[in-house]
Amino acid sequence: MGSAIAQDVLVEIGEMPVRVRTASPEFLQLLRERYGGFLNSAAQAVFEFEVEIVPPGRIPTAIGDDEDLSVRFEAGRWVLERGDFHAELDTALRHGRIWQSATPYAIDAAFRIVHSLLLAKQGGLLVHAASVVRNGRAFLFAGVSGVGKTTISRLAPPDATLLTDEISYLRREADGYFAYGTPFAGELAKPGENVRAPLAAIYLLAQGPENRIDPVADGDALRAVLRCVLFFAHDSELVGHVFDSVCNLVQRVPVRRLTFVPDSRVWELIL
Amino acid sequence: MSPVYIARTKEVAARSIGNEMMIMSARDSTLFSLNETATAIWQAADGVTPLAEIVERSVCANFEVDPATALRDAEELVEGLSRHGILKVSNLPIEETP
Repeated sequence: MGSAIAQDVLVEIGEMPVRVRTASPEFLQLLRERYGGFLNSAAQAVFEFEVEIVPPGRIPTAIGDDEDLSVRFEAGRWVLERGDFHAELDTALRHGRIWQSATPYAIDAAFRIVHSLLLAKQGGLLVHAASVVRNGRAFLFAGVSGVGKTTISRLAPPDATLLTDEISYLRREADGYFAYGTPFAGELAKPGENVRAPLAAIYLLAQGPENRIDPVADGDALRAVLRCVLFFAHDSELVGHVFDSVCNLVQRVPVRRLTFVPDSRVWELIL
Repeated sequence: MSPVYIARTKEVAARSIGNEMMIMSARDSTLFSLNETATAIWQAADGVTPLAEIVERSVCANFEVDPATALRDAEELVEGLSRHGILKVSNLPIEETP
């Protein structure tokens, strides 16, 4: 039986600690297990969520189970809805409430959205991409579902550190971009390591008959990376920030096309 | 025929990347890529210079193109960009809104 006393965990991804408070000890335990490598109880939260666990049929959402995520800005707050959750976020107050069933998928989606909103004004991005650290430098492998993000992650040599096989987390600093580990896992079903490294290159993935790296024209790089950016909000100001961030990114970090056959020899090209 | 005035809207983000002017509509996140002549028109769209004068000064003076063809192409471009909310078009000079 659940306790009525709210407890919390602090989940720090990309040096952005988010506090999650809930009265459900079972859900709290689920959070501790899922985000274990990303917990930091000593951090100062930049955002707080109150999570209320409710039975699936009683979630206050107008979205059907088979409909896509809806994100809209209404009366000064962001409203996020999917079949399994309803969330309201106030980025000015840095506070949000989520009504959801006791699964990790809703909070995972809410984390992605709140991080994408917080990062947008700082020049950072969430990108549909795997990322891996090798020799102290991060490499990002971007592409749509099925192009090989998990495959290239699985083929990484033992000296490589996996940051994620699904959602890469990029932040801009004065001397360049840094990639951070995330707990957002794809088919590998394994969270990334909670470390960061300077971003050395972005590879646009394609599978083909041989391993090769080809140059990509700047405009094509922008179009390709934009397609992979996670951004949910139809807000003029934020769309402008994201566009500027991607322009900066492709002008500062080399973007190449990586065609590969699915075996480990492709990593001989990634140095 | 009355003059046509064009102005860039504020609902876009634009950056020059490589040899292309890339413009994103903040309204619907559509991405546009302008060629050199379209970029020249876009950059000269100040709301107070008539389109015909922009074409003469920014296109005909810099590119080998027949003036009548250049103006016709420019009118098509302007119509397309205005449809996507990238440009404002008016028969009167367009005041800049704060």
